[in-house]
Amino acid sequence: MRRFILIAVPYIWLLALFLVPFLIVFKIALSDTALARPPYLPQFDWATGLGAFLAELDFENFVFLTSDALYWKAYLSSLQIAVIATLITLLVGYPIAYAMTRAPEAWRPTLMMLIILPFWTSFLIRIYAWMGILSQEGFLNQFLLWTGVISAPLTILNTNVAVYIGIVYTYLPFMILPIYAALDRLDGSLIEAAEDLGCSRLSAFWLVTIPLSKNGIVAGSFLVFIPTLGEFVIPSLLGGSGTLMIGKVLWEEFFSNRDWPVAAAVAVVLLVILIVPIVLFQRNQQKQAEAEA
Amino acid sequence: MQTEVFAPWDDPDQKPLIRFKSVKKQFGDFTAIQDLSLDIFEKEFFALLGPSGCGKTTMMRMLAGFETPTSGSIELAGQDIGSVPPNKRSVNMMFQSYALFPHLSIWENIAFGLKRSKMPKGEIEARVEEMLRLTRLEKFKARKPHQISGGQRQRVALARSLAKAPKLLLLDEPLAALDKKLRQDTQFELMDIQEKTGTTFVIVTHDQEEAMTVASRVAVMDEGRLMQVSTPATIYEAPNSVYVADFIGEVNILSGHAKPAGDGLYAVTWADGQPPVIAASNTPYSDGQQVHLAIRPEKVAISEAKPDAENAVEGKVLDIAYLGNLSTYHIALAGGQIIKAQTANTQRISRRSFTWEDTVWLSWTPTAGVLLDQ
Repeated sequence: MRRFILIAVPYIWLLALFLVPFLIVFKIALSDTALARPPYLPQFDWATGLGAFLAELDFENFVFLTSDALYWKAYLSSLQIAVIATLITLLVGYPIAYAMTRAPEAWRPTLMMLIILPFWTSFLIRIYAWMGILSQEGFLNQFLLWTGVISAPLTILNTNVAVYIGIVYTYLPFMILPIYAALDRLDGSLIEAAEDLGCSRLSAFWLVTIPLSKNGIVAGSFLVFIPTLGEFVIPSLLGGSGTLMIGKVLWEEFFSNRDWPVAAAVAVVLLVILIVPIVLFQRNQQKQAEAEA
Repeated sequence: MQTEVFAPWDDPDQKPLIRFKSVKKQFGDFTAIQDLSLDIFEKEFFALLGPSGCGKTTMMRMLAGFETPTSGSIELAGQDIGSVPPNKRSVNMMFQSYALFPHLSIWENIAFGLKRSKMPKGEIEARVEEMLRLTRLEKFKARKPHQISGGQRQRVALARSLAKAPKLLLLDEPLAALDKKLRQDTQFELMDIQEKTGTTFVIVTHDQEEAMTVASRVAVMDEGRLMQVSTPATIYEAPNSVYVADFIGEVNILSGHAKPAGDGLYAVTWADGQPPVIAASNTPYSDGQQVHLAIRPEKVAISEAKPDAENAVEGKVLDIAYLGNLSTYHIALAGGQIIKAQTANTQRISRRSFTWEDTVWLSWTPTAGVLLDQ
């Protein structure tokens, strides 16, 4: 009995906070938009019963998503931005994590603190700060003009470049921490053994360090990729009209168009797309746990 | 028939494989190796023995190329290897932790070094199979290191370091992680493999029994200095200092003053109320010089009645350490000094002749011990 309760707690948690909200969203996705409050029909009515209620639900909105090129283009563009941003974050994060494991023992808590420190400030404020840095008259342009690298200010804000900068900046800690954890566990004598057996420093890095930090790389990449795919704040604040991301489309459907059913359908499809990497991520975590056992 | 004894260190014409020339190594203020010179010859099984922190691991890491000497030079086959990086040396190392690559199979671990050289694929395969056979690992070649036992991992590490047929193989505490029984078997296996491959082995260990078993010569180290370099038998029977005598095996040290008694014999007055002990020595000592007589417990005889011997003292049995094959008796003399005596238990325990509090006589011959001045 006690075991049952113990297992039931997380399941009830998942049921109440994930499955129930999902079902509500899914139901809205199957409804029709209406000038009402809430702005969709049907509403469940005890008088007409369950049968009549279910009969009114249909997949119309999902079909609609395929009819307008905007949606699949937004999904594809989101995927593309998420993949590229994840790769950039990896390229920036890996050397930082590597340098942290090479730093003297006494410095490491401080370095770790510096990585986590940005979380102490509101995410929204930090993105607004980037607007100040990247704008036409921003700090970056003023600095570049002052050093003479450029003669006319660069347009960075409201382009995809600004979106990438924002994503890499925001999600970098999620990349660094798992890679750092993996590299920190790496036995230094393995590198020495590789060198002893004829590897140069670089090939020892490729053949030993990289494969043995693979789990950290995979975990970090998913931790960046998954939230980036549905990101809304960064593209809407730093991106321009050319930045097409599904999070932004969803927001517009919901608040500008007030078309809750289509917005819900967009959200459901996004979730389906995300399930693949989430399952892969879980499998990686599980494999890692098994390898360590 | 007299077979030729393997002793290249006694032959002045022999060129050493490794030569340490007044090597010094400092880490900041700490001197790990102080002005050390040493020759190691081809096909030797050389043991660096000492307590932790004595510098033996630093010596090995300098041979492998992970550390460079602060001053002095190290030669391998006549060439200074001071500035040669580890991946360019014909020296391989077996790490204490084994350092097997966890993401590679046993086969790939052994092939790792070969693949870094420009060896053709077919030859690599043949060589790996040969190493698998040598270390009896054929059945496990597809497994990952975490799927095999500690003893098997030890053999993989050995196979991997031997695969490139190095001129010199370094073994850093190779058996420390194994339990005693397996360790003893593996010691003989190591000697066997060393003989079969004809590779020069340098082993670092803090286990004196291990060093004595496997090595052709042993270097006893302390605080970055070589205390004695010699064959196991010489180190044991003719240590050159109290430190070496005490580090290798058990020993009784009787300290006192020497008085020449003619014929290479010396009378050592070592305790009030005890007759001086007679000891033979090839090294001359002057009258009244401070000396230490080192005498191994198994060379001290124990008897009930006063024996007819040059050196005999009376005492009481204080402790008996029964080891199965041997028993070590701790005998307290009248002055409170304790002397250890060891006898082989050739009889069953029920007929053991001495027990606690028995009064017994200890005796030994003048040549049983070694006189040392330091």
